[in-house]
Amino acid sequence: MSASHLDAPAGATSRPRFAPVAELGVAALVLVVIGGIYMASYAPRRPPLAVPIGLAAASGALLVVNVVMLARTRGLAWDKFFLVGRWTLLSYVIAAGLIEFAFVRDHTRGGPLVVLTAMLVLFAVDVPLIISFTVARFQSARSDAT
Amino acid sequence: MTDTRVDSLSTGAEAGAGLGASGPPRPVIQIVPLKGLPVVAVILGFLVASIGFNWRWGLDLNHVAGGALWTGIDLFVGLVVGPILGRLSIPARAEFSARFMPKMVLLMPTLVAMTLASGFQLALDLGNLKASSPNHAWLMVSFIVVGVMAVIALGILEPANIAVLFEMRKPRPDGEVIARLMKRFIYTAAVTGLMQVATLVIMTRVASR
Repeated sequence: MSASHLDAPAGATSRPRFAPVAELGVAALVLVVIGGIYMASYAPRRPPLAVPIGLAAASGALLVVNVVMLARTRGLAWDKFFLVGRWTLLSYVIAAGLIEFAFVRDHTRGGPLVVLTAMLVLFAVDVPLIISFTVARFQSARSDAT
Repeated sequence: MTDTRVDSLSTGAEAGAGLGASGPPRPVIQIVPLKGLPVVAVILGFLVASIGFNWRWGLDLNHVAGGALWTGIDLFVGLVVGPILGRLSIPARAEFSARFMPKMVLLMPTLVAMTLASGFQLALDLGNLKASSPNHAWLMVSFIVVGVMAVIALGILEPANIAVLFEMRKPRPDGEVIARLMKRFIYTAAVTGLMQVATLVIMTRVASR
């Protein structure tokens, strides 16, 4: 039993401040979810694509900004980031693949399928990014952490 | 999606109180229970087959069983288990969470996938998604409800759940970190509970028309 460190008083640990990667990731996720709902609301008809394209583009832009900010981050527990990232990426690629399969099975074709695929790619990258960053940021503060 | 709403270990530095040398041994935490993966694979295989072959019974089973368990577990954990946990001793909370949360890492995403994928397929097959359907508006509302729950679960709760498990695996877990992360479950519990009740209302409404 060696968990007595849980007794440490709140605020006793100094932690580095990180860029708002998780917050931006959630914002990108919200845009993708709105786009997905918008497209699904037209099923089985062909949806107008301007709105979902705009939402996907905005989400993609947020994701790019997020990756740039992340790449410039110092002090993150990168080993944990990549450990969690690769497994969550695998699971969300499978999840996105299942969703893609369902839409292809339902004869989604052409432009809507391209936009949907782009949204699923964003989804499959964004969620693992949020999860792995959240884990890594809390693993990075103390030298006695692991 | 990991919708565990365990508000154990949730009150700042108190998280560690009582976990000293006299407490029970902490269980070894496996973040993803590997023994459960074959079960998940079988369920997802059944789901894919049900959609691929448009197998009505399979779609119904996935949607009804998955949805009932998802909603039931979410509400039960949030309204019953959570408050009970909050009254347990700190070591008891820690031990329960260490055994409970890894299971939720596998269970909830599987239930959500079963429910949503089969539900969309059923809605298409039954014509409920057509603009002329009397259920169309209800389903649009359910999409929004699911969207809200998805953002909370994927963007807020699942990262916190995994981060807590990583912290609890350490020889010396930081109570401040665990408490900070667990607060997310408390802050979102009301919204998620409301969304689940809305789902019950919408789905029973749709099924009765």
